[in-house]
Amino acid sequence: MVDVACWRGGRLLFEGLSLRVAPGEGLWVRGPNGMGKSSLLRIAAGLLQPLGGTVSCSACALADEALALDRELPLRRALGLWAALDGSRHVPAALGALGLAALAEVPVRLLSTGQARRARLARVLASGSPLWLLDEPLNGLDEASVAAVAAMISAHRAAGGGVLVASHLEVPGGAWRTLELAA
Amino acid sequence: MIGLLVAREVRRALGASAWLPVAFFLLVATVVPFAVGPDARLLARIGGGALWIAALTAALMPIERLVEPDRADGVLDQLAVRRIPEEVVALAKIVGHWLTFGPLLLLAALPGAALLGLDGPLLGRTLLTLTIGTPALAALAVAVASLTAGLRGASALGGLLLLPLAVPLLIFGASAAGGEGGALKLEAATALFLLAGAPFAAGAALRALRT
Repeated sequence: MVDVACWRGGRLLFEGLSLRVAPGEGLWVRGPNGMGKSSLLRIAAGLLQPLGGTVSCSACALADEALALDRELPLRRALGLWAALDGSRHVPAALGALGLAALAEVPVRLLSTGQARRARLARVLASGSPLWLLDEPLNGLDEASVAAVAAMISAHRAAGGGVLVASHLEVPGGAWRTLELAA
Repeated sequence: MIGLLVAREVRRALGASAWLPVAFFLLVATVVPFAVGPDARLLARIGGGALWIAALTAALMPIERLVEPDRADGVLDQLAVRRIPEEVVALAKIVGHWLTFGPLLLLAALPGAALLGLDGPLLGRTLLTLTIGTPALAALAVAVASLTAGLRGASALGGLLLLPLAVPLLIFGASAAGGEGGALKLEAATALFLLAGAPFAAGAALRALRT
């Protein structure tokens, strides 16, 4: 991502921003609300056109606010749809890694808030993508789940995957390069 | 990939309310004799057109659930992250929507035709025109659903957008059902045009939803 500027809602959020996430690396984007952390992730994912600059991105997986799992399906099959589109077979492993194995046959609409938050991370883990874009991955998680997320991120980075995370909380899972977005 | 998306659309439609447009279709077909009276000759004459109006109004019903839930739940974003072209997503939605809309509607046209007292040849012609017309109606519904997703009053707006666009199809479809010679070809041409254009219109609308 080189020299990227972002214009949202009638104002300039940031400009001249360059960043690169190398394999095995973690980059933590921090800053107060409304500074464009989520927009930065959406630009990196290719969902949003930047006002200026260029973005090139390997295959990536995004966990944003939206759950994006079919609510009437059991969790395993809802995740399986995305895994099938990604051509990956990591759903059982992802369910296990986030402590969701016991909920595999529970319909998505019955999951609690915290379980749904873990489910959206399981969707990223199951994708097998080299680059993860995580928007506030720790919101609404209990301590055990935070530990699970830490383990999941360290394992991904140890395997040569990159992580770009936007969070106002301290993110575990190894050493992070930080990028501060401020006014 | 497109097979997965089509299967998902079919599953969601069957799980939601695929029977609702069909029930609506039959309801309209039932109401017509009450409105114009029990004159069998008159009913047979307007029957094909009445079934077409019923099909058109039935096509309006599912507009709300075709695109908006996927937008609100981030499914469209996830598909875009996977670099699946919006046109492919739209095409999958059209195919999936037709599979749960067209055949059921054609089946319902049988009791509908009985209610209006259509005879055999007329029923055959009406079924033929509906077979040609329903894919275009499904395509229009998906395009309009993409255009109105996320707007307030989306369903009313969807109706206002869809009905004028479907008028050529209605004209040629109903007159072909009534036995007009060249109308069938014109209906097929109109349906083909709508079917070919809709994925691109819907795809552009889906892209515009993200910004």
